[in-house]
Amino acid sequence: MKPAIETRDLTKEFNGLVAVDHVDLQIEKGELFGLLGPNGAGKTTLIHMLCTILPPTEGTAKVAGFDIHRTPDSVRKAIGIVFQDPSLDGRLTSRENLDFHGRVYGMDKAQREKRIADVLKLVDLEDRAKALVQTYSSGMRRRLEIARGLMHHPKIMFMDEPTLGLDPQTRRSIWDHIQMLNKQEKITILLTTHYMDEADYLCDRVGIIDHGKIISLGKPEKLKDELKGDIVSLEVAQPKKYVEIFQRAKYVKEVTVVKDQLHLTVTGGERTIPKLMEIVTRRGGKVRSVGLRSPTLEDVFIRYTGRGIREEEAGAKEQMRMMVRAHSR
Amino acid sequence: MSAQAVYVLWLRDMKWFLRAKGRLISTFVMPFLWLAILGMGLGAVIQMPGGGSFIDFLTPGIVGMAILFSATMSGVSVLWDKQFGFMKEILVAPVSRISIMIGKALGGATTSIIQGVMLLFVAALIGARMPGIAGFLIAFLFMIILALGFVSLGLAIASRIGDPVAFPIVINFLIMPLFFLSGAIFPISTAPGWLQTLAYINPVTYGVDGLRGAILGTSQFPLWLDFAVLGLFSLAMILLGAYLFKKMKA
Repeated sequence: MKPAIETRDLTKEFNGLVAVDHVDLQIEKGELFGLLGPNGAGKTTLIHMLCTILPPTEGTAKVAGFDIHRTPDSVRKAIGIVFQDPSLDGRLTSRENLDFHGRVYGMDKAQREKRIADVLKLVDLEDRAKALVQTYSSGMRRRLEIARGLMHHPKIMFMDEPTLGLDPQTRRSIWDHIQMLNKQEKITILLTTHYMDEADYLCDRVGIIDHGKIISLGKPEKLKDELKGDIVSLEVAQPKKYVEIFQRAKYVKEVTVVKDQLHLTVTGGERTIPKLMEIVTRRGGKVRSVGLRSPTLEDVFIRYTGRGIREEEAGAKEQMRMMVRAHSR
Repeated sequence: MSAQAVYVLWLRDMKWFLRAKGRLISTFVMPFLWLAILGMGLGAVIQMPGGGSFIDFLTPGIVGMAILFSATMSGVSVLWDKQFGFMKEILVAPVSRISIMIGKALGGATTSIIQGVMLLFVAALIGARMPGIAGFLIAFLFMIILALGFVSLGLAIASRIGDPVAFPIVINFLIMPLFFLSGAIFPISTAPGWLQTLAYINPVTYGVDGLRGAILGTSQFPLWLDFAVLGLFSLAMILLGAYLFKKMKA
């Protein structure tokens, strides 16, 4: 079976800045694949190239079997897109937004009417179909955007940060809808996210991306298993002081510092904690708090990049985006 | 090219037009004030060189003005679409840019022609001379060509400007002189030489003159010349608009 998406050396440079760096990626039919990475890692740029919005600087890709250079219109017909930023017409009703989409994708009247009813039902918006979209909540808008992406029966859906800026409850319901599309409608999904829990909960496979490169790829469980052990976090004053000492201890596999915490990858966490605390006390230090947990994708990310995924402050563009979102609510 | 895409973009403009009652009224009020106040106020003291009343003379000029402004301003919808993200939805669809541009142009042209026609009826109510059926049809033709040309100019400018607030300022800066130098509010034939020269190179002059010929039956140039000059200008603007629209980024 041919893969749904296949990229070779896919690269995008903006004025000498490499946003996506020779990415080779293969996504199988029916997969729910997540690209996980911090803001500015190149996720959106990668998606835009696959959607034929941006031409790559180098390399190529096949989406649904079509070459993005040679047959961009066939690619466009085969995919549905949910953009990161809102992209609905607030002055039209949801039905009119869907009808617009159906028409530009060349569907006839009978096809459109049937499909509009189907997709509205799929995202539970039937009873608000005649209201202007500007009266919708942000969760309803997201659902409508998903419905719109589905209108023309795409084989592959691209979702760029589908739950960005939504409250926890609404995120849950969007997750349910995404899973349903993947399992019931058999649509291959490529989503990007910078939420660890989202990638972990939803995705069959996760590709961790940083500085335009995929640095780790696999099933979430497998990525976490690679860390082989538990994560003990110790909150101490001047954590950097202890790094070298712990690195020498044979039951500690890895040491990373995240803010004022030491993250230690160990085997058999419960039994090691007393030993670890003793080391700190012997040096005259004081442990303010202790945590023990199984590894998360965040730990996987830290292991490969040496920093947390959400450490970066929101940039100016991100703040602007939040303002626009708050405004359009 | 996709007829379906052209139609749905046009349809969307029509829906906006009918839903935004406030905008409709405000674009209609300004030319109406020009017509009613300038026409009646100055009309009482002005003796037209060739006879006839000032309000008769002014009506085609103000109809042209209404179309000129509303057509060019309609380009702003492109900027709002960019601002609110809807432009991405349009640009990733599997349709050509030229269909999108033509749909937008027809939408903007239709709304401005509606305003021009409505203004003509209002002028009739306040006593301006009206054409017969044939004259009306010729006037209608000139309205279409004028509207298409300036909608395309508006789209061309909109595809180069990112800021919806700056757009009306740029347009006013460009359109005001074109309007004043078009013979819409005074006859060119009696104006000073330098003003006449400027008016002759202004495409709007031929639009206003064509409208005047159609509505009143008297024009400075022969109608075929008005038609040819305005038609060439509009064609050039449509090509320019299509070219710049094609190069526009989402």
